Amino acid sequence: MAATLVKRRVIPGFGLTMGFTLLYMGLVFFIPVGAFLLYTTTMSWDTFWSAITQRQVVASYKLSFGGSLIAATINLVFGALLAWVLVRYRFPGKRLIDALVDLPFALPTAVAGIALVTLYASTGWVGQYLDVFGIRVAYTQLGVVIALTYIGLPFVVRTVQPVLEDLEAELEEASASLGADRLTTIRRVIFPALFPALLTGYALAFARALGEYGSVVFISGNIPFRTEITPLLIVAKTEQYDYHGAAAIGTVMLVAAFMMLLLINGLQWWTSRRHG
Amino acid sequence: MSIEIDHVNKHFRDFVAVDNVSLTFRDGELTALLGPSGSGKTTLLRIIAGLEQPDTGRIRFHGEDTTDLHVSERGVGFVFQHYALFKHMTVFQNVAYGLTVRPRKTRPSKAEIKQKVMRLLELVQLDWTAHRYPHQLSGGQRQRIALARALAVEPKVLLLDEPFGALDAKVRAELRRWLRRLHDDIHVTSVFVTHDQEEALEVSDRVVVMNKGRVEQDGSPEDVYDHPANPFVYQFLGNVNLFHARVHDGIARIGDVQLPAPEFQGYKNEQGQAYVRPHEIEVFAGREHSDALHAKIELVSVVGPTVRLELRTDNSDELVHAELTKHRFRALGLAQGSDAWIRPLYSRVFLPDERVANG
Repeated sequence: MAATLVKRRVIPGFGLTMGFTLLYMGLVFFIPVGAFLLYTTTMSWDTFWSAITQRQVVASYKLSFGGSLIAATINLVFGALLAWVLVRYRFPGKRLIDALVDLPFALPTAVAGIALVTLYASTGWVGQYLDVFGIRVAYTQLGVVIALTYIGLPFVVRTVQPVLEDLEAELEEASASLGADRLTTIRRVIFPALFPALLTGYALAFARALGEYGSVVFISGNIPFRTEITPLLIVAKTEQYDYHGAAAIGTVMLVAAFMMLLLINGLQWWTSRRHG
Repeated sequence: MSIEIDHVNKHFRDFVAVDNVSLTFRDGELTALLGPSGSGKTTLLRIIAGLEQPDTGRIRFHGEDTTDLHVSERGVGFVFQHYALFKHMTVFQNVAYGLTVRPRKTRPSKAEIKQKVMRLLELVQLDWTAHRYPHQLSGGQRQRIALARALAVEPKVLLLDEPFGALDAKVRAELRRWLRRLHDDIHVTSVFVTHDQEEALEVSDRVVVMNKGRVEQDGSPEDVYDHPANPFVYQFLGNVNLFHARVHDGIARIGDVQLPAPEFQGYKNEQGQAYVRPHEIEVFAGREHSDALHAKIELVSVVGPTVRLELRTDNSDELVHAELTKHRFRALGLAQGSDAWIRPLYSRVFLPDERVANG
């Protein structure tokens, strides 16, 4: 009987690797997040509720979640397009562009923020021409969306690219031989195959945008009720030693972000189960 | 609908895939394009389909030039080696695909599509899988679905690229017999690519043997097997032994064995190579014929009902392969290491300077 409990596994080292994984997760994830949630519970419900429902805070939720959704959606479309171009065509400078895609990962976000504000300020290289048309980017919500789009760029590209590379050309040929035109093939054959990857990229870009701080604070101008993002408010609260307020807002962010990622993962699970 | 291939050339960089090929596939015929990998057979098939453009030359369907017609407008059914089924669609949706992508004007009604798809699924004997996804089916089932999908658009010609290549031996043999019967029922002009000579000989009405982008021989399966046009076809279609032979006045001599070679009437003392199939070699336990060659049996392998022998003759470095029934082998009472006498029953001689003898 004991022998059946201590089953021999084909892939050895389960105990060691699982133990290490849990230790790691504990040290870098569960303990900090747990402590933070625990700290939140020391607040009374009323102070918690009033901290998270201040008008200024609610306005920042709208910008943070709305801006992140818009930025992730932009990245979904253009990231897919970029991945398509990188996989399907050969052109000079392709390797360079492929390498540049990862730049938003590596460049300090503050540098990106300062670069963007220099470009898009009403006196900047790009901003001065946009100003002619009455379009203002720096210190507006549009600026926030641009910064969030920039930092989320690699996610969709890097999730879609390998899937597109593995997509058999024969599927498209089969579709064409059955009489489908190019657009129909893209809509009915290619898109469904890429859908799970697109969803993953979208979720990652969204999550990344939600947590972004460094690049946004430079271009947004941090005007209360208009261009303040939620992470900025958290930093502002801690600077005023309002740790409870910061923790309360942080909890809202945590729960909301977790719910949205869960939703997207659920959607992905559902589609992959359907399509095998 | 007949297919006419008129002086087609195709190269990829400096590799010549199809080298000035002209062929006509007759209406309702099932033709095998047979050749080793890299012989250009798949490229030729893809050119017929419109998946590849020829550098020069024309393709005509029933006299109508289709060279510049896009694959989606050519009316071909194409079956891929690895099925190329749409994974996110059910079997039903896969088969219906060619009908549902039609423009609204020519698209059949939902009920008509359903009726047609179910009829096709019955034809390939898989109507019970309609609501499954491709990954829930076996390889042989997937290929039958791929075939049903190709037939749904009522193609003028059916093109199959190594359709059984990814399947195991038993399923393969079943499926090719099934394809033969199916073709006898629906009679659509079909071309299939294969590197398996047995498959080509068993299934097709006609075999086109290709090598290095060229057509080596074109004829009925029996014709191609019994009368190979050149050494390549001889060697490609099954095992063969090579003997040194001397040709003189319509007679080929292998050692002391004299065999008729009427195509060499009038030739004097020419040196050539005689090609003899393993089953065309008679094996004796004793010296029953004065002209038989003496040999030693080096290896005996029993493959089901047949016995394959490897023998070494006295004056040759090369092994001779012979094939006989197990029954005959037992009657002879031979074993590994014993002496034997062999005699070719039939041979085909090719002279070194004339690759293609008049055959």
